Amino acid sequence: MALVLTEEQSMLRDSARGLISDKAPVSHLRHLRDSKDPTGFSKEFWHSFAEMGFAGLLVPDEFGGSGLGYVEAGVVMEEIGRTLMPSPFLATSVVAASALNRGGNAAQKSEYLPKIASGSLLATLAIDEGAKHRPLQTSLQAVRAGNGFKLSGAKALVVDGHVADLFIVAARTAGSAGEREGLTLFLVNPAAKGVAIERTIMVDAHNAARIEFANVEVTADSVLGEVDQAASLLDGVLDIGRGAVAAEMVGLSDEVFGRTVEYLKSRKQFGKLIGEFQALQHRAAELYVDIEITRAAVMKALQALDADVAKAASAVAVAKAASAVAVAKARAGTTATRAVQEGVQMHGGMGMTDQFDIGFFMKRARVCEELFGDANYHTEQLARARGY
Amino acid sequence: MSDSETADLETFRDETRAWLEANCPPEMRKPATSDADVFWGGRNAKFSSEPQRIWFERMRDKGWTVPDWPKEYGGGGLSAAEHKVLRAEMARMGARPPLSSFGIWMLGPALLKYGNDAQKNEHLPKIAAGEIRWCQGYSEPNAGSDLASLQTRAESDGDDFIITGQKIWTSYANYADWIFCLVRTDPAAKKHDGISFVLFDMTSKGVSTKPILLISGYSPFCETFFDGVRVPKSHVVGTINRGWDVAKYLLQHERAMISGMGERGVGRPLGQIAADSVGTDAQGRLDDVMLRGQIARFDVDEAALAACAERAVDLAKAGQAHPAFSSAMKYYGTELNKRRYEILMSAGGVDALEWESERSKQGARPRAWLRTKANSIEGGTSEVMLGIVAKRILDLPGA
Repeated sequence: MALVLTEEQSMLRDSARGLISDKAPVSHLRHLRDSKDPTGFSKEFWHSFAEMGFAGLLVPDEFGGSGLGYVEAGVVMEEIGRTLMPSPFLATSVVAASALNRGGNAAQKSEYLPKIASGSLLATLAIDEGAKHRPLQTSLQAVRAGNGFKLSGAKALVVDGHVADLFIVAARTAGSAGEREGLTLFLVNPAAKGVAIERTIMVDAHNAARIEFANVEVTADSVLGEVDQAASLLDGVLDIGRGAVAAEMVGLSDEVFGRTVEYLKSRKQFGKLIGEFQALQHRAAELYVDIEITRAAVMKALQALDADVAKAASAVAVAKAASAVAVAKARAGTTATRAVQEGVQMHGGMGMTDQFDIGFFMKRARVCEELFGDANYHTEQLARARGY
Repeated sequence: MSDSETADLETFRDETRAWLEANCPPEMRKPATSDADVFWGGRNAKFSSEPQRIWFERMRDKGWTVPDWPKEYGGGGLSAAEHKVLRAEMARMGARPPLSSFGIWMLGPALLKYGNDAQKNEHLPKIAAGEIRWCQGYSEPNAGSDLASLQTRAESDGDDFIITGQKIWTSYANYADWIFCLVRTDPAAKKHDGISFVLFDMTSKGVSTKPILLISGYSPFCETFFDGVRVPKSHVVGTINRGWDVAKYLLQHERAMISGMGERGVGRPLGQIAADSVGTDAQGRLDDVMLRGQIARFDVDEAALAACAERAVDLAKAGQAHPAFSSAMKYYGTELNKRRYEILMSAGGVDALEWESERSKQGARPRAWLRTKANSIEGGTSEVMLGIVAKRILDLPGA
């Protein structure tokens, strides 16, 4: 498959860009932050997003979605990255929709997927517990109680955790932290007894929460997938999230870079445009090359995820997609980090001011880097996959 | 692509795979281990082995030394999509190129674009068949990064030019049969406007070469001297005094070639090579944590670059490529290849320091390591590449 967007994908990009840049430029995020908006995103805009078919982009046609693929999800994420729009798209439409679609039984799918597609249900995956992303270290306990389970433990960096209508909680039903066996995913109602949600205001002013579970009772019907066997499902869902975040980081990097190059062409010092200085030209050129290489790696990963589905999750296709995603997320992390640092540095003192937008990109890049594993984590994954 | 085109391409893939399986000798399914193991063609060419001869002749007869050139010039006449399939199938089995040639990589594309019919008919079939080995007369002692300041003179004398001057870093000039050469035909014009691109036989009276001993102990480059060499004006490619256009076009191909030098995806992975010398721990991980991290970061970047190279081809096919993008690839590819060899030297430790032993294949690794240092100099330095990106792609002022 060619590593360029098809005509349909380019049209999708244009309509997403048109909508997002018009209705949710960076000033939209600034307003939500400064007004301490209780939901942290615009519900009204989320409904127009749903009407455009974006909320159900990955939801199959039969459940009222658009039935598109991960390349298309990446196209939308890249546009979100350009304006840093806070949106339930990542947590609900990409990660939770994929988890439900891949792991859900017929009843679960028909209950939740149509609501996701219509924009009426927000869902999120609760996975991280410690300071770093370590899915296999999951230790939130789920013990059998009667016909169901009782959940006890805590989760951190739950995206949209304080506004979600449904949690997908990774828990340990057997084994101990670090083992693949014994992981189970549960669908949990945030209003259930024993759930305590603390909204955490993060550096990037995007939604996140810490959630505590104190003997939260769930029925056996709320198990998503197989008991004790969630590791493979989780790998696939997390890789989708990683590919999507990597695409967001490409959009973010490209936007910062574009703004920075424009600044180099307009700011004068020593009687010259600062873009005339070779010291800055070469750094800008290096960054350009970095972004283009990362863009290709991310596109490759998203195509590999689509191929993984097309080939009915053959072991070879899954392994190929996993390695491509590791490369993409690792590259996206280092590239975005470089892009925002160069962005602030080249904007000089202006880059340090809150009034100027560039700092928002730096803050969001830092959060994206931690989401679903940072560059070090994914570099390590690639080394393991290659057997050294 | 329509369904029938996709089906045709899959048929082509099956046929190509079957043909390669039947015709590529097992010895040719691994990378060449030394320069002597590479077949360059030419009047004085010798095959280093029988499998090398068989592989070359079979591929030549199919037109697959130059798969995407027109059949009338000895090429395979393949479409871009078919060529991609052939490359992928050759890579899959590790088949090496049957013929290495600056005629294929550099001159051929320039002749196809700028050559007249007589020039194309004369030279392209001989390049495809490996009959003539070419060298490139570009750099001069005082014209390196600033190539357009070259001073080799070509003075008009009736239907001929008389060429006098010196070239340097001429790869394999001492083995080459013909040269494609930049000469100054109008010393009064601005530096880019007085240059012509000319072809001549290296056995012409007045041509001499002198190999340059490099830090690797090899002499792949020469100084090349022209003392009143007589060349017919009909050997100028394109318009007289417009040779810089041809030169720039050719440089894009040269940069694409050099950026591909980093043996991507062939041979053993770095992590395994390193395991031979540094060993592994109980979990099978390299027993050198920092080296392991270096290799993993390299692997991430190498895989990403491979995706970008694939995308560059696809963008070109879709008519969306920036003409200066080969400079971006050249910059990154060569820097990455240098990183690869630094890692290989570190992984090899003391064993990678032997220069002359049989055990070390006459110091193959340290010599290759030193050779890579030229990658970011030849064909335009990394700094020149970044300048081109800044000026032509980013449109930065005064670059």
